[in-house]
Amino acid sequence: MKGNLLSGPEPDPSTDAGHTDAPPRVGFFTDTSVCIGCKACEVACKEWNALPEDGLSFSGMSYDNTQALSASTWRHVAFIEQSAPSAVPTPEGRAELPLAGAEAPGTDGGQMRWLMSSDVCKHCTHAACLDVCPTGSLFRTEYGTVVVQEDICNGCGYCVPACPYGVIEQRPADGRAFKCTMCYDRLGAGQEPACAKACPTESIQFGPLDELRERAALRVDQLQEAGVTGARLYGHDPQDGVGGDGAFFLLLDEPAVYGLPPDPQVTTRDLPAMWRHAGAAGVALAAGTVLSFTLPSVLRAAASAAASAASAASAALRGGGAR
Amino acid sequence: MTRDDNPGRDAVPAALRGGGGPDGGRRRKRSGEEPMVPRAQFQDYYGKPVIKPPAWSARDIAGYFFLGGLAGAGSALAAGAHLTGRTSTATALKFSSLGGVSLATAALIHDLGRPARFTHMLRVFKPTSPMSVGSWLLALYGPTAGAAAVSAATGLMPRAGAVATAGAGLLGPAVATYTAVLAADTAVPAWHGAHRELPYLFAASATAAASGMALAAGPLRENAPARCAAALSATADFVADRAVERRLGMVAETLRTGRAGRLRRAARVLTVAGAASAALWGHRSRPAAVAGGLALLAGSACTRFAVFAAGIASATDPVYTVAPQQARLDEQARLDERAGLDERAGSGELGG
Ligand code: SF4
Ligand code: SF4
Ligand code: SF4
Repeated sequence: MKGNLLSGPEPDPSTDAGHTDAPPRVGFFTDTSVCIGCKACEVACKEWNALPEDGLSFSGMSYDNTQALSASTWRHVAFIEQSAPSAVPTPEGRAELPLAGAEAPGTDGGQMRWLMSSDVCKHCTHAACLDVCPTGSLFRTEYGTVVVQEDICNGCGYCVPACPYGVIEQRPADGRAFKCTMCYDRLGAGQEPACAKACPTESIQFGPLDELRERAALRVDQLQEAGVTGARLYGHDPQDGVGGDGAFFLLLDEPAVYGLPPDPQVTTRDLPAMWRHAGAAGVALAAGTVLSFTLPSVLRAAASAAASAASAASAALRGGGAR
Repeated sequence: MTRDDNPGRDAVPAALRGGGGPDGGRRRKRSGEEPMVPRAQFQDYYGKPVIKPPAWSARDIAGYFFLGGLAGAGSALAAGAHLTGRTSTATALKFSSLGGVSLATAALIHDLGRPARFTHMLRVFKPTSPMSVGSWLLALYGPTAGAAAVSAATGLMPRAGAVATAGAGLLGPAVATYTAVLAADTAVPAWHGAHRELPYLFAASATAAASGMALAAGPLRENAPARCAAALSATADFVADRAVERRLGMVAETLRTGRAGRLRRAARVLTVAGAASAALWGHRSRPAAVAGGLALLAGSACTRFAVFAAGIASATDPVYTVAPQQARLDEQARLDERAGLDERAGSGELGG
């Protein structure tokens, strides 16, 4: 329990946060290899959590007009259109329809492909948003998830730049910060979160985190064997910079392609060093002040001592000359 | 359902403005100005930021960094002046510290999404939250600095006033430097990347501002310490600024270009000119002392606004988040590979 409260592997965050008899930690495993981009998850999340509409615009970003996670968008389905590095394996018997513009320049004989991924708050083991929240509004639930208390948050906005994934945000018209709660209310009633319930392909899987990690390890091996060399897990590793994510992913390309940071770190890891440097800087400031009050008089004393020594010497010389 | 406009979403998206596009295999290139550091090319998600920049207003938060510094370092100088019998300067600094901390607190409250809930800042004490630590620090420092100023103004309770002056002088350096931790304990690349150096830059900049105030408001015969502090802090400011720039590597671009670049250049000129004017002529010419002092104050403000602007710029462009992280991963992979080779060589697997 000790030693890893700021960073590093931490097997039981809810007990460390003071919960007794906590249920097993739950999470999401989002397997993007089966996502069909239907956005049922986005809609279910908006519906269940009664999130306000936050912009109806045409983005020009493939089929992604949502664009990003925000205070009022807690699931965001990313769409990436790219030329696949090599032929994409097609399951037996699936009809292949030609994609418009598949022969676009620069495809190097590869095929066009879509990557779709439903992004969400990662419910970090070491959540920077929670660490820096000055009001205690953000807290760790008994399920190991991270939730904002709307009646406590005063909209200081500190959690926003602290999150290494750019998840939590202040709602402009409201001022307070909002993000995915992993449907805390549904968990309490023994239900799975709305997005996982709505997902028709089981791209979003909900369950005890340990089980999900095992399942994900099997799935990535399976995909690798089937020739999907780009398949990789993201956020599954308790050794990573945030101690592992409560919501982790199976991706088919580099994380940055999906708008995810390649090596996120909980900044609080460096907080002890920062306080030390700030302490040293404060001491330096005080020392500089003391110096400023002593140095001028020391210099003046030295100068007058030198001057009197010089005049004494010249007087002596003059005296010598007269003799 | 209510409507909650998100202005960012209604703007013309980058993809339609040219630049990135839904053409697959978007390799990131910078159009227009040449990057100072060749960027590793990587794919991003339609140029969208990876992290969210803070929604803080520059006037409130960078202004707070400046005012907090002026107040904190000012209290340290005021304590020195009080102790050495430079009463006019001490009183002026006590007033400026009270004014600074009051304005700073007002700016902080104004910037809250729910200003009426500002008392929630003192609901808990959380050492992991620099903002919580800072709130408690301000709650201690503000009244102390206030008592020192009121006693100096009214002449009432000189003993208690002296104690308050000393207390504010001790708390002041913490008020001046903790704001660097506040900024650095975020995922903002230009702030967190310099988390070791930023406190020294803030300490130097705060001292420059406070010495500037002492020069501008104090009489000539008392200003020798302020001139000395101006020279020392301008030197320290220069050194710390260089250290920040070196540490940031490619992210330092955000300090050199755009709004941050302009502010930073102004800060350098103002700080050096102010310190030179104060040190060379500040003991005999009132105009030189005042001009030098005002230049130092303006320079310190420019430094804080520059750091703030660089942070926003570094959070807004995904390259500053992704490239350093990718470089870290690549370096780690290289080290692991070498360690693996050494191990195998050590165990004789690689043979002669
Ligand atoms: S992803 Fe961001 S908002 Fe979600 S728990 Fe982690 S730090 Fe907090
Ligand atoms: S905005 Fe709200 S949730 Fe975020 S750090 Fe401030 S008080 Fe906490
Ligand atoms: S995660 Fe599931 S619900 Fe969401 S877009 Fe993909 S398939 Fe649809």
